Amino acid sequence: MQTVFSIAIDALAYGMVLFVISIGLSVTMGLMRVVNLAHGAFAMIGGYIASYAVRDLGLAYGFAVLLAVFATIIIAIPVERLLYRRIYGAPELTQVLMTIGITFCVIGIANYVFGPTLKTIPLPEHLRGPIDLGFRSIAAHKLFAIGCGAAVALGLWYLIERTSFGVKLRASVDNASMAAALGVRTQVVYAASFAIAVGLAAFGGVVGAELLPIEPYYALRYMVTFLVVVSVGGAGSIPGALLACLLLGGIDTTGRYLMPEYGEFFFYLAVIVIVSFFPRGLLGKAN
Amino acid sequence: MTAVNEIPLATSAPTGHGHLKRDLIGLAIISLFAVLGYLVFPNNLALLTRIIAILLLVLSLDLVTGYCGVATLGHAALFGSGAYAAGIAAVHFGITEPITMVVIGAAAGAVAGLLSGAIILRGHGLSQLVLSIAIIHLFHEAANKASTYTGGSDGLSGIAPDAVFGLFQFDLWGRTAYIFGIVLLLVVFMLLRQLVQSPFGMLCRGIKEDPVRISAMGASVRGTLLKMYTISGAVAGVGGALTAISTQVVGLDSLSFTMSAEALVMLVLGGTGSLYGAFIGTFVFMFFEDFVSAANPFHWLTLVGALLIAVVLCAPRGIYGTVVERLPSLWRRRS
Repeated sequence: MQTVFSIAIDALAYGMVLFVISIGLSVTMGLMRVVNLAHGAFAMIGGYIASYAVRDLGLAYGFAVLLAVFATIIIAIPVERLLYRRIYGAPELTQVLMTIGITFCVIGIANYVFGPTLKTIPLPEHLRGPIDLGFRSIAAHKLFAIGCGAAVALGLWYLIERTSFGVKLRASVDNASMAAALGVRTQVVYAASFAIAVGLAAFGGVVGAELLPIEPYYALRYMVTFLVVVSVGGAGSIPGALLACLLLGGIDTTGRYLMPEYGEFFFYLAVIVIVSFFPRGLLGKAN
Repeated sequence: MTAVNEIPLATSAPTGHGHLKRDLIGLAIISLFAVLGYLVFPNNLALLTRIIAILLLVLSLDLVTGYCGVATLGHAALFGSGAYAAGIAAVHFGITEPITMVVIGAAAGAVAGLLSGAIILRGHGLSQLVLSIAIIHLFHEAANKASTYTGGSDGLSGIAPDAVFGLFQFDLWGRTAYIFGIVLLLVVFMLLRQLVQSPFGMLCRGIKEDPVRISAMGASVRGTLLKMYTISGAVAGVGGALTAISTQVVGLDSLSFTMSAEALVMLVLGGTGSLYGAFIGTFVFMFFEDFVSAANPFHWLTLVGALLIAVVLCAPRGIYGTVVERLPSLWRRRS
């Protein structure tokens, strides 16, 4: 029972961190149809900035998170303008190469600036210890990550289902040229959703730093995981991404607890089975 | 405009004779470079042999990506299968005859190609990429787990191939391995040129252009692609067997995602869909890597990244494709 409970909590925390990072990728992929392998690089940049802000500038954790999110968005804007704009609508191969190139560059630069060592983001006092739930105590930062994931899911749901920006976004995802013809400024929608996606990636990178530690190869190590999550959930679908994160987080964590010697074997086996039977993802729309 | 129109005509109107001439010239140039490499870098033959092995992987990737339009980030699975099969045959079953090892490698690569092709071809676009990534990780974890046969993360060592034809012993300087590799490469290259110009190769190109039309014409799209994937696997397997024979050790890195991604980068750098592009891309990439990563491996990553972005922005057809595209108009201007 103890094991089952710890597996469930770890899986939930891991799944939520995955969700916060990859939901932005899912939305941009559904919207702009760009296979963006550099998404993890933005999460890593966010983590580095937060680590620098807390450890070297002595900022409070909350401010560091805000700073990381906004600084990452500011870094991402010129990248989107100069590089991403050119690969919208290009074949997948081109997109893969461009975004792998960006990832490699970010890794090299991160190592040059911050060094090859692992960077921690010191947590504030009240997130450090365990929290007693009455029948069990669990690490506070895991609870915090789960809460952040739930908040992001709710916030995005509200943004997309209940606001006028959400209407325009959904219209552009469904049919970009028709939306443009009806007066939606799709370029603005693209830019805004790219910024949101990058901001969420940075947020996830900071919040999840305890589970996915920040180091230069972060971008390459988890690049595939984020892409897999989006593909399994279905590009552009928020419930799909949530389902995929919880499912894959569960499989991965269970595998690590019960059969650590198999590594990620079962994770990828599950991916192959799911994607073979649902090529558009679990909740993806038929095209 | 006329210049642009003439190129596809020149390449897509096969007159058996003209092609044979062009391939023989290509073969002569490759042999020339092989001799030059032997004379100029006598102390670096191990690197040159490694380049040949990787080149076989990139050629096999060109078959599926360049000729069939299948984007895959898991092609090292076929290469690694060939390498491990040849290595396991030598270490655990005592089959140390080098040519038999190459045949075993090719067979294992073909089986791996058939398997992964059957899975990868179920998807399109994003799902295809994700399936290919999942496959390379699956192969990697499987090889890591089966450490009794593969040596796990320590690698499979103790491969001691016999002399070729019982005459040419594999020496310390890697001379025999280099010549063995060059001969393999020339044979494979000649066979592949014949293959891509055959009706079967044309069918593959047709599928890349318009699969719906090809299936309307009555050909089996999936069957054809699967066949090409199997052939591609055999070629990659030969490359894997060559590394097993020449380095006498097989590591888990031969089944890695990085290797697959690098092979794709080399192919696109050189240019897809011509086989010649694979040569140029592999040589440029490998020499650059050897040169820069000796100084600092992280600068190497930054540089590869910048190079990739530059290729996508400036030369989307790769080095060979761009040169072939520009050359006729340059000539015309001069005359």
